[in-house]
Amino acid sequence: MNEKRIRLPLTRETARTLRAGETVLLTGSIYTGRDAAHKRLIQLLDEGKPLPIDVKDQVIYYVGPAPASPGHAVGSAGPTTSYRMDSYAPRLIELGLTGMIGKGKRNQAVIDAMKRYGAVYFGAVGGAAALIARRIKKSEVVCYEDLGSEAIHRFEIEDFPAIVLIDSEGGNLYETGPAAYRAEIEDEAQ
Amino acid sequence: MREIPSSVIREAAVRLIYEASYRIGPDIEAAIRAGIGRERSAAARGVLEQIAESYEIARAESVAICQDTGMAVFFFEIGQEVHIIGPFEEAVNDAVREAYRDGYLRKSVVAEPMFERVNTGDNTPAVIHMRLVPGDRIHILFTPKGFGSENMSRIRMFPPAAGVEGMKRFVIETVAEAGPNPCPPVIVGVGVGGTFEQAALTAKRMTARPVGSHNADPRYAALEDELLAAINRLGVGPAGIGGATTALAVNIDYRPTHIAGMPVAVNMCCHCARHAETTL
Repeated sequence: MNEKRIRLPLTRETARTLRAGETVLLTGSIYTGRDAAHKRLIQLLDEGKPLPIDVKDQVIYYVGPAPASPGHAVGSAGPTTSYRMDSYAPRLIELGLTGMIGKGKRNQAVIDAMKRYGAVYFGAVGGAAALIARRIKKSEVVCYEDLGSEAIHRFEIEDFPAIVLIDSEGGNLYETGPAAYRAEIEDEAQ
Repeated sequence: MREIPSSVIREAAVRLIYEASYRIGPDIEAAIRAGIGRERSAAARGVLEQIAESYEIARAESVAICQDTGMAVFFFEIGQEVHIIGPFEEAVNDAVREAYRDGYLRKSVVAEPMFERVNTGDNTPAVIHMRLVPGDRIHILFTPKGFGSENMSRIRMFPPAAGVEGMKRFVIETVAEAGPNPCPPVIVGVGVGGTFEQAALTAKRMTARPVGSHNADPRYAALEDELLAAINRLGVGPAGIGGATTALAVNIDYRPTHIAGMPVAVNMCCHCARHAETTL
């Protein structure tokens, strides 16, 4: 396959060049975060307080990894379902977040924010967690350690395999991919 | 009367947790590999190849197949001639505690669902389903359940007039609307009939039936094949990015039900449909 190699951090300019359906290999530093951590981040914003991480040009991976066994940086670490972060994501995109990695559909508010500010939604393969973990070379807790697996971690990733699911123009592989398949089999049936 | 110490149950449960969490069933792995040959797009093939490679890594390194190592669901069939010496539930929960800690499995359970949502820290309590059966043996099925797919599950209390067509539409709609969320290719467990909770439990049990097996009733077996074909025509595909492999299996079972009802429960399960069983 023809993967595009991308070095992080991800600027808005680079994010805007990516198109739904492209397969990419990501290298650099990313943050993790899921339900509980997002809830805390947005609470801080609501209270007018600063965030513990600067999200500008950053990518957040929606993941709660399994504990690392000896000799590994991290345990199995596949994506969690992204819609649960939909109510939080637009605020972070507005603050400069340029990428999200997860799996599953996003709502219109997230897609609108991605188009407006220039952000991209990457998919990692759900259930390929052991393979993905091998591409995570380092992991450290940045904040919310009390949340355990749900704490915000910083991962150093190398050639992390992902697919652009939704791009900054609203192109959506979850719509075009299945539609293309259905069109193909319908053509053949005729 | 056969005596079985609860420690024997605990040790067996620990082994099952490891086996299910690290080693995918050969039926599922074979179905994923068969899918690679069916997909036309390189991206869809790439997804299935990643999944197959990930299964291999998990097995070789004894790491979790999926980071969501689930709620620990057990189905026990206990022979009525067995006398369990020692506390039964405690033995099962001790097994969960031990295996999730020593096996580097994620603890994904909160003690209270709405107000505090504080993690119990050891993945207990286990979800235990039990049936008393004839004989002097204990059969244990462990089938951990992650919530990516659990959240996409549904139940509907149909009137009898909905019939086979109503059931088919509901199953197909459930898979279509779930789309990429439950980590396709999925295993679709369906329970028809019974009461509200029996339909759901039957559907759950069906997520652990081997891929490629069929219901003994030829009418239900034919329905399984028909629904699998219809679901795979949806085009959702591996990881939801479009393709031929949306589901690996549709497993249906039924229960006697009330004259006024036809419950249908659909328990969605990701391709990592982990399960392991043993008989003591």
